[in-house]
Amino acid sequence: MSVFAVSPALAPGKAAPYVIAAYIVFLALVLVYVAIMAKRLRSTERDLEALGREIGADRDDERDEVAA
Amino acid sequence: MTTYGRGLRGLSLATIATISTALVLVFFYAPLDADQGFVQKIFYLHVPLAIVSLCGFVFGALLAVGHLRTGDRRWDMRSYVAIHMALIFGVAGLITGSIWAKASWGHWWVWNEPTLVSFLIVLLLFATYQPMRFSIEDPERQARYASVFAVLAGAFVPLNFIAVRLAQQYVHPRILTLGGGNLPGSMRLTFIVALIGIALLYATLWKYEMAAKDARMRVRRLRRAVLGEDALAPLGRSAAPS
Repeated sequence: MSVFAVSPALAPGKAAPYVIAAYIVFLALVLVYVAIMAKRLRSTERDLEALGREIGADRDDERDEVAA
Repeated sequence: MTTYGRGLRGLSLATIATISTALVLVFFYAPLDADQGFVQKIFYLHVPLAIVSLCGFVFGALLAVGHLRTGDRRWDMRSYVAIHMALIFGVAGLITGSIWAKASWGHWWVWNEPTLVSFLIVLLLFATYQPMRFSIEDPERQARYASVFAVLAGAFVPLNFIAVRLAQQYVHPRILTLGGGNLPGSMRLTFIVALIGIALLYATLWKYEMAAKDARMRVRRLRRAVLGEDALAPLGRSAAPS
């Protein structure tokens, strides 16, 4: 059975929604991926800031001990 | 900047420029296909996505060989990200192909078409990669088993491709052949630019994810080195390499 034989080419007006849908699906997948990665990046930045604060607090404690 | 982050900006700009050029060529330069008309424009997205996805699986297999040879877990991480990205591209290829099939053949899916079914088999095979990793708790064993799986499944990709090419009954048009194919010059140029654009996108996202994972690991190592083992929150069970 030839699938092509029962499906003649669509007119541009009827084909446009399919073409747009295909490109939008691709764009949406890329955007979702980038959004997830951006969220993880923010989480890493927060971890780094927290680590910086903890190191700063430890050094303050050491200075206090030395001063005492 | 981490090793993986190096050159990422240039690569991102090259990707954006190439994909933008490809879009201009697709919609303003490449002629309408005599058979399929406007709907054939999906070809410039769907086929590069499928090709890059399959190449991504093979790339993941090659990186897994690096892990098995050296025992270095960084190769496992690279392989994991390569397969993970290839899966995303594969899903995009499958959805865009399905949309094209509906517009062109009147069906969302055709089960007696070897190209479609074989691509689905490859995708489903690699879809088991992450659950397989998740099922193994010990990180060393997880990495080793995942690498063996990636190599075997990666070897299946070219075998599958050859089997489909040898199949006689198919409705999928044979556009790309070693003899140059059936595309006219303008369509071929557009296709090649689109293929390079999608391949660059894959490379950019792979490097992006590797840079992000590498940064997270560095922060963790730094925390361990500075504050000691007790300062680390225990890692939960994960499919991702740790």
